[in-house]
Amino acid sequence: MNTPALKEWPLWEIFVRSKQGLEHKHCGSLHAADAAQALHMARDVYTRRQEGVSIWVVPSIAITASNPDDKGELFDPAADKIYRHPTFYEIPEEVGHM
Amino acid sequence: MYTQSFSVPDNAGQKNVAAVPSTENPELMAAFDARIDADGRIEPQDWMPEAYRKTLVRQISQHAHSEIVGMLPEGNWISRAPSLKRKAILIAKVQDEGGHGLYLYSAAETLGTSRDQMLEGLHSGKAKYSSIFNYPTLNWADVGVIGWLVDGAAIMNQIPLCRCSYGPYSRAMVRVCKEESFHQRQGYEALLVMMQGTEAQRAMVQDAVNRLWWKCLAMFGPPDADSPNSAQGMRWGIKRISNDELRQKFVDATVPQAKVLGVTLPDPDLKWNEERQHYDYGQIDWQEFWNTVEGNGPCNKERLATRVKAHNDGQWVRDAALAYTRKQQQRAQKEAA
Ligand SMILES: [Fe+2]
Ligand SMILES: [Fe+2]
Repeated sequence: MNTPALKEWPLWEIFVRSKQGLEHKHCGSLHAADAAQALHMARDVYTRRQEGVSIWVVPSIAITASNPDDKGELFDPAADKIYRHPTFYEIPEEVGHM
Repeated sequence: MYTQSFSVPDNAGQKNVAAVPSTENPELMAAFDARIDADGRIEPQDWMPEAYRKTLVRQISQHAHSEIVGMLPEGNWISRAPSLKRKAILIAKVQDEGGHGLYLYSAAETLGTSRDQMLEGLHSGKAKYSSIFNYPTLNWADVGVIGWLVDGAAIMNQIPLCRCSYGPYSRAMVRVCKEESFHQRQGYEALLVMMQGTEAQRAMVQDAVNRLWWKCLAMFGPPDADSPNSAQGMRWGIKRISNDELRQKFVDATVPQAKVLGVTLPDPDLKWNEERQHYDYGQIDWQEFWNTVEGNGPCNKERLATRVKAHNDGQWVRDAALAYTRKQQQRAQKEAA
């Protein structure tokens, strides 16, 4: 990562896996000097009651987000493709569950 | 938590600031209004009117400050808790409040303000926080009463905020509310234990209730008739239930709890109103409330000074952590070269 001279503690996004078998889920953000400290603080801030078994910390600036203004262009094309859903297909009753 | 149904203007005193006429792009404004009307959520990158952003920054940062300053009156009692068990509980509660402050500062930062800016607002005395913390905690029962009544009032205020139209704020509130229930219950239970104790202990509980009851009612903010900004907050889905309505809910919920505890709520006008199906209660001293908001309460100066000192005393830690990180980065770069 490109590292300009740090003046204040940068922002980190925190992801917590609540239990084995589940995905890591975004739960908030915090400021920390480096990744190790971010992990340590995330433990204190977001898992005081055993809310997690694993934590990821990601520098906020490393996240590329889709632009909300492009929401239409990005997501609308999927709207008219109803044949992508199982309910689009009529199957005779006697076939049973499929 | 602790909002005092805040959004008291930061320049409170000259209250009733007129609403700024909207100079926003009408098309964007219409889309925004439509989303609010449909009970949709606004996320950080979405377009929002400047006044909405400003109101949220003010409210969320005041809320965050309240959590952080709220650590002080109870923090005073950590070293004097009557048992190891109560001490561990109190440390956990105060630590939770610190966490609440962090969730909320992070939520406010998504609106384009910085942590440093917010802290500077608090430390300079420009930004407000909940006035309840400008009163002293004189005896151990105050700690119990804070949990029962102050956190109780806060919960009333915060539950509707879980449905706030601004996504990061509502998500922070969901986390906060999950933790608040422990705060209220531990306080109430500590008082129950004292009420089963000596006459002197029971008197301490009653004394604490007497001193804090009216302050807790004021936490919900001025009466609806005197809250000009409330309607706009409701329109925007930032506020869901009015100050008076929340206050009434709090009174109705608290009276039976006081009865079980065996304390008297210090209000001769407090009585069940069959017609309204609610408890009537007496007049709140709003003069005193505004006086404290304006900085003249018994502990305003002490609280702020303690907060500023804690921040300044921690400067070397923040500096050292940064220096360490820089050194690590330089070392990594050198090794890579
Ligand atoms: Fe809190
Ligand atoms: Fe609390």
